[in-house]
Amino acid sequence: MNKPFSDAKLHDCRDAFTAMLESLAVADDAIVAVCNDSVGSSKLGGFREKFPERLINVGIAEQNMVGVGAGLANGGKIPFVCAAAPFLTGRALEQIKADVAYSMTNVKLVGISSGMAYGELGPTHHSIEDFAWIRALPNVPVIAPADRIETAAAVKWAASYEGGCFLRLSRVGVPDILPEGHVFELGKAQVLRNGSDLTIVANGVLTHRAMTAAVMLEDRGISARVVNMACVRPIDEAAIESAAEETGAILTCEEHTTFGGLGSAVAEIVVETCPVPMKRLGVPGVFAHTASANVLLDDFGMSPAAIADSAADLVKRKR
Amino acid sequence: METEELRKIANRVRRRDLQAVFEAGAGHIGGEMSVTDLLTALYFKTMSVDPQAPQDPARDRLVLSKGHTALALYVMLSERGFFPKGEISTFLKYGSRLNGHPNRVKVPGVETNTGPLGHGLPIGVGMAKAAKLDGAAWRTFVITGDGEMQEGSNWEAIMAAAQFGLDNLTLIIDHNRLQQGARLADTNDLAPLAPKLEAFGWAVEEIDGHDMDQICRALSAETVTAGKPKCIVAHTNKGQGISFMSDDVAWHHKVPNEAQYRQAMAELEEAAG
Repeated sequence: MNKPFSDAKLHDCRDAFTAMLESLAVADDAIVAVCNDSVGSSKLGGFREKFPERLINVGIAEQNMVGVGAGLANGGKIPFVCAAAPFLTGRALEQIKADVAYSMTNVKLVGISSGMAYGELGPTHHSIEDFAWIRALPNVPVIAPADRIETAAAVKWAASYEGGCFLRLSRVGVPDILPEGHVFELGKAQVLRNGSDLTIVANGVLTHRAMTAAVMLEDRGISARVVNMACVRPIDEAAIESAAEETGAILTCEEHTTFGGLGSAVAEIVVETCPVPMKRLGVPGVFAHTASANVLLDDFGMSPAAIADSAADLVKRKR
Repeated sequence: METEELRKIANRVRRRDLQAVFEAGAGHIGGEMSVTDLLTALYFKTMSVDPQAPQDPARDRLVLSKGHTALALYVMLSERGFFPKGEISTFLKYGSRLNGHPNRVKVPGVETNTGPLGHGLPIGVGMAKAAKLDGAAWRTFVITGDGEMQEGSNWEAIMAAAQFGLDNLTLIIDHNRLQQGARLADTNDLAPLAPKLEAFGWAVEEIDGHDMDQICRALSAETVTAGKPKCIVAHTNKGQGISFMSDDVAWHHKVPNEAQYRQAMAELEEAAG
């Protein structure tokens, strides 16, 4: 069997984030980084060396961190507010709502080590509710890049976009998927692989697993389309509608609770405009047991083989 | 502007505020009366703002963190020319941009959307930091309520402001000793506030928050301590200027009836001279 990424080098998307941020900051001195004692975990050490005045560390104080970001934006800066995703989105959710979303400020929220990247550290450090929380708010696009290339493209886009956004970045290594030179477009998904029997929609660390599953399905005589859906909001309705019309079934995979995330967002479009059988893979509304990030994904039915099995079951439900 | 003129403006703002609360049948009149003198000094004496260019990058910034007293800010902004005075009559009306808490996207002169307490000071820290990064001279002012200082986010911001040495940031605490449900002293007593701020590394000044001379002096740039953010603990009265409201917790957001409205207006008109 052909495994597409078996020999691929894995990359930590945080490196792509900081490399792009540093390069943008050279050209635009309005760009600043704000963090909560997370210089190391946000990989901002290089930024601090190059731009010591523009690295604003507020200490362990996430509510203040997001407010400071909004104030910096008011003062003409382009703040990238970086913190571990669970604390950025959980602790400072009201600041994100009032100071960023409602106030429509130019604050780039960067949730680092998102999903279950912190693995064995446990559910306090997992961020598997953030799609649901943030996509419920107007004015804050929610973006989960699939690899280092999409991460860099999304960071570049964010710096030039006039408005707030939430970038959800993992630390778990992923192979290259998108072509070098990929340009990020808000609300635009990519068909990574064409197929006719069903569509697998994924983002973040699940995209390469979905690609591998599609290859496994091919061996089983099932033709699976794979759509990379980095934007949970605004979501690419056209890509979902054509997936439903052309493949007749949709399987979603996400490193998030199945309550309110990518699968829910896709299902909202499907039920209203193009009803077809669906299955949503994710964390099934529980706090995770002790395991590393990738093992947790496997345990929650999102190994490539398990994704392929779910896809095969879903295809049987068609018509 | 002379302090006598400032007092006249403050009186006019109080009367307009009272009328708007009465007509709308809602508002936070107690805290609006306590903060009016502070806002008057800021908008008509201390701050450099241009109603014709509300987004001027070099403007001074005010964040009214106690956003529930938005009406006082609206009246002030309209008096200062940011939007027509007549629009105050739309306060809380269907579709009005003047809702119960200020919105920067809709209302010129508003810097950030406040309402949930404990948001304004962190934003003020970010503003002041932005000015420092640019070496710009504009100043940032934040007004909080005293009960609002019970929010932990304020103390996160207080630590950061001292750490960053933000002497271009002034926090004014509207210390009227009452919060929505009861007296501060009977709830979660933060008083005395000054030593707490001093312990966190701020320069602190206590003033009578209804004495226009004291307010103007405390807000002037000459009274800033280099390298330290400044806190003005403004001792005020909730319901200031209206005898039966003053220092009475019942008037947090109570609406006067017809007789009370007439009496309150008569008192304010008499004070106007």
